[in-house]
Amino acid sequence: MLNEAIFYFFATLAIVSSILVVTRRNAVQSAIFLVTALLATAGIFLNLNAEFLFIVQVILYAGGIMVLFVFVIMLVNLDVALHQVQFNRQWFVALIISAVLAAQVAVALLVSRGTLYATAPAPPEMLEPNTERVAFSLFHTYMLPFELASILLLVAMVGAVVMAKKRV
Amino acid sequence: MVPIGHYIFLSAAMLAIGVVGIVTRRNVIIILMSVELILNAVNINLAAFSRLVGSVEGQIFAIFIITDAAAEAAVGLGIIIAFFRNRETVLADEMDILKW
Repeated sequence: MLNEAIFYFFATLAIVSSILVVTRRNAVQSAIFLVTALLATAGIFLNLNAEFLFIVQVILYAGGIMVLFVFVIMLVNLDVALHQVQFNRQWFVALIISAVLAAQVAVALLVSRGTLYATAPAPPEMLEPNTERVAFSLFHTYMLPFELASILLLVAMVGAVVMAKKRV
Repeated sequence: MVPIGHYIFLSAAMLAIGVVGIVTRRNVIIILMSVELILNAVNINLAAFSRLVGSVEGQIFAIFIITDAAAEAAVGLGIIIAFFRNRETVLADEMDILKW
């Protein structure tokens, strides 16, 4: 019962703040609501017995990436951008895309209704102890992707420095 | 556990909101934020199915996606700073110097 209440609370929070991210005029307000949406997602991860993912989400997403966003908002001149038109005239395209997406999800849920809801969820003990299982899998089965991800981060770091440098 | 369909619905809703943001906004920073929303929606799906199946692999993929999101944000924001230095704008429809 408590589990359901927590899920619906965080789900509502996530959707409402996502909508506010997209509709606010001011980029700083969008950033604040993006933090709320990411923290609500972190709560949903905790609800799903993914403790390691929860803490990664809080530290890396809501901490690291959002600091980056706020820094860039500070660096670019916001006052000029605030008085310009914030939305382009593509509401129709957006409407069509969302309608197609909604129809797709509805059809998928309808078709798989029997099998999807019949599958009993695995006992939560299968994911415990979470951090140890994640670490074991990450350093055994997914060793190569892990190293590739480190190379990707190195390349991204060098790329970001080169991009933002004054003179190359 | 909450029925898996509700997680899928939440994920699809966040993805749709992100797509609407990408298509309709003019500010590039908010477009990047919408991309983060989309990646987040994918992570919810992966974690939900990981819980349903009882295997930790979905969470591993979610961690890789978070890594990609960090790399994408760093490079994208670097490009925004470089562009802003040249053209003094953050609006996506004025970024057309590759057209010539």
